[in-house]
Amino acid sequence: MPKLIKNRKIIDDQWTLVRDLMEQAEALSSAELNLIVPLPYWLENRDALQQRSGKSAVWLDSHEIPSALGDDWNILELIALNFPVFTDGRAYSSARELRLNLGFKGEIRAIGDVLRDQLFYMSRCGFDAFTMRADQNLESALGAFEDFNDGYQVSADKPLPLFRRRA
Amino acid sequence: MYRYDNYDHQMLTDRIAQFRNQTDRFLKGELAAPEFLPLRLQNGLYVQRLAPMLRIAIPYGMLSSRQMRKLAYIADYYDKGYGHFTTRQNIQFNWPALADVPDILAHLAEVEMHAIQTSGNCIRNTTTDQFAGCAVNEIEDSRPYCEIIRQWSTFHPEFAYLPRKFKIAVCGTQDDQAATQVHDIGLFIVRNDVGEIGFRVLVGGGLGRTPVVGKEIRPFLPKQHLLTYLDAILRVYNREGRRDNKYKARIKILVKETGVDEFRAKVEKEWLDLKDGPLTLTNAEFERCKSFFHDPAYKPMSDSNPILDKALSSDVLFASWYYQNVNAHKKPGYAIVTISLKKTGSAPGDVTTDQMNFIADLADHFSFGELRVSHEQNVILADVEKESLYTLWQKLKSQDLNADNLGLLTDIICCPGGDFCSLANAKSIPIAESIQRRFSDPVALRDIGALSLNISGCMNACGHHHVGNIGILGVDKKGAEFYQISLGGSVEDQTSLGQIVGPSFAQEEVPDVIDKIVSVYTTQRRAGERFLDTFNRIGIEPFREKVYAKAD
Ligand code: HEM
Ligand code: SF4
Repeated sequence: MPKLIKNRKIIDDQWTLVRDLMEQAEALSSAELNLIVPLPYWLENRDALQQRSGKSAVWLDSHEIPSALGDDWNILELIALNFPVFTDGRAYSSARELRLNLGFKGEIRAIGDVLRDQLFYMSRCGFDAFTMRADQNLESALGAFEDFNDGYQVSADKPLPLFRRRA
Repeated sequence: MYRYDNYDHQMLTDRIAQFRNQTDRFLKGELAAPEFLPLRLQNGLYVQRLAPMLRIAIPYGMLSSRQMRKLAYIADYYDKGYGHFTTRQNIQFNWPALADVPDILAHLAEVEMHAIQTSGNCIRNTTTDQFAGCAVNEIEDSRPYCEIIRQWSTFHPEFAYLPRKFKIAVCGTQDDQAATQVHDIGLFIVRNDVGEIGFRVLVGGGLGRTPVVGKEIRPFLPKQHLLTYLDAILRVYNREGRRDNKYKARIKILVKETGVDEFRAKVEKEWLDLKDGPLTLTNAEFERCKSFFHDPAYKPMSDSNPILDKALSSDVLFASWYYQNVNAHKKPGYAIVTISLKKTGSAPGDVTTDQMNFIADLADHFSFGELRVSHEQNVILADVEKESLYTLWQKLKSQDLNADNLGLLTDIICCPGGDFCSLANAKSIPIAESIQRRFSDPVALRDIGALSLNISGCMNACGHHHVGNIGILGVDKKGAEFYQISLGGSVEDQTSLGQIVGPSFAQEEVPDVIDKIVSVYTTQRRAGERFLDTFNRIGIEPFREKVYAKAD
């Protein structure tokens, strides 16, 4: 089973990411698999997806914003955010909006071009799960979460900015 | 000055360890160059024509004598004995070795300095007026707000991979010296009808290949909302700024394409979700930050000083420097001294190791151990007793730091250009020197009076050519270095972009052309008019005619 990092641990991935509807038609029609589907597919097939025995989740591409989900974020246990390339920083805003503005409690998973050196900022924005790019070493990537002891801003793990916490 | 506490120190220590690890992995081949690129940029490291270039932040231009000595040490030990002050209140070193950079950063951290976010597509060093806190008629000292912004922007996890770089300037003085209107965000400190402090907020200014003057999106933002509002602007930009074309990726293009009213509406909508949240600034935080910028121990003094008066009447060279390089101070008996780094023959903004150490000593003796750097690439001693000015000037003279040309034509803003920069179309430093040589007569220079001349080696506009009264831009004409000249730019209250005179000129023609342009002004000016005033009255045509007139 493929691995991912979740809550700073390496675990088996229980989900199947559907990036391509045509190529992954078989997975899509499965009743048991836990599926992460593209946003447009979710919006069209929400009810059918939920009637399956497997769980369903959504992934947003970097140009898609959480409000496109309407109120659905409420019923989702996982939202994945895609990095087409690691320098495309839009998903950081989506994660922070989900976690800090909307108060989303489920898993926020980074998918796509996910590399070690971006993990720390991602986690501060609210990502808690990371499907790393295939060439990345997961063991050594875990070190990235220790890069900094603290940060100045409001973040997923520190609801108050440093200026309200300085001792 | 701001002093780091344990949190600030820890954050720097962590950063250096992180970058050391990244550099190691890069040197071992474990981290590919394209993946290392944004990491090194956000630690100030470019790779340039001759060697890597390290850009160190001088947050809002403040520098202690101790920090200056550290820069001198770095220049000496890791570089070739000099550094270059830039238009962005940074200093650049042109020759460090890549593998040494983590060590250099560790040296800097000892004196609470860093190179964080001095390049890359992130929020850059916040800049302000170099006279902040000492200027006459200041609304409020901008530096506490700059420090608040520095902390908010440093390692901001949401905004490290923006579409493009992002520059913020803050101005609290009457006569803006920070070019605030040509920044991605320009913040003017203002007081409302009931005396509360807030900010007039401009967005979408910038230079580069598409110069734009910023547009107002809020006439008054109460100060406690500063950071939530900045978060909102940045979020809209991060989401909607163009990522398909690097030349259209700055916020100025987004604001232009969206329209300022719609852009404002988007920001306000985003702000509603953030406003009054935990990021709302507290009085305690304002007080804490202000406490670092309290007045030094000024002595009560009368404003006129007999020692100064005597020197002024007996030494014309001193008097000439005094009237040009010394500005009024808010405290009676004190003055603001600008050390011009524009002596003919040395590259504008360059300082040697010896000069850095010397200037640090001067700061200790004459100005409470503090210095500032300006976007005009000069160094300032902001709190000098008038009584000591003559002694100070004599010391400056001994180190060739007494150029008396502040604000004059030879006080040229100039980028490194083709001598150092791999993006350059043309050299810029030799052009600056050839112009300085042409205008070497001090009497003629004073007669020409206030005039800003800015030179960039390419359209990236690091030398602010768009906003020089005279702007010079290096262009490539079939492989040869040519120079396009524009007139009428200004970063004053009425910030304006220069208009291009016409076809460009070869390098050797430039001094003559500048001479002709200046002669149009000196023949047409009315009493009291500066170059810019005359230009605004008569327009570009008379200059054009003169410059392109066929010789008989
Ligand atoms: C030598 C290495 C340097 C490189 C590779 C470099 C690169 C660039 C580039 C590509 C831009 C255009 C950005 C854009 O339009 O989006 C730019 C703008 C700018 N740079 Fe530099 N630069 C260098 C040195 C400097 C120096 C020495 C200064 C100061 C003297 C400086 C100050 C600025 C300023 C003020 C701008 C314009 C900001 C704006 O567009 O709003 N840079 N630089
Ligand atoms: S203006 Fe051009 S030549 Fe000059 S430093 Fe900037 S990028 Fe280099």
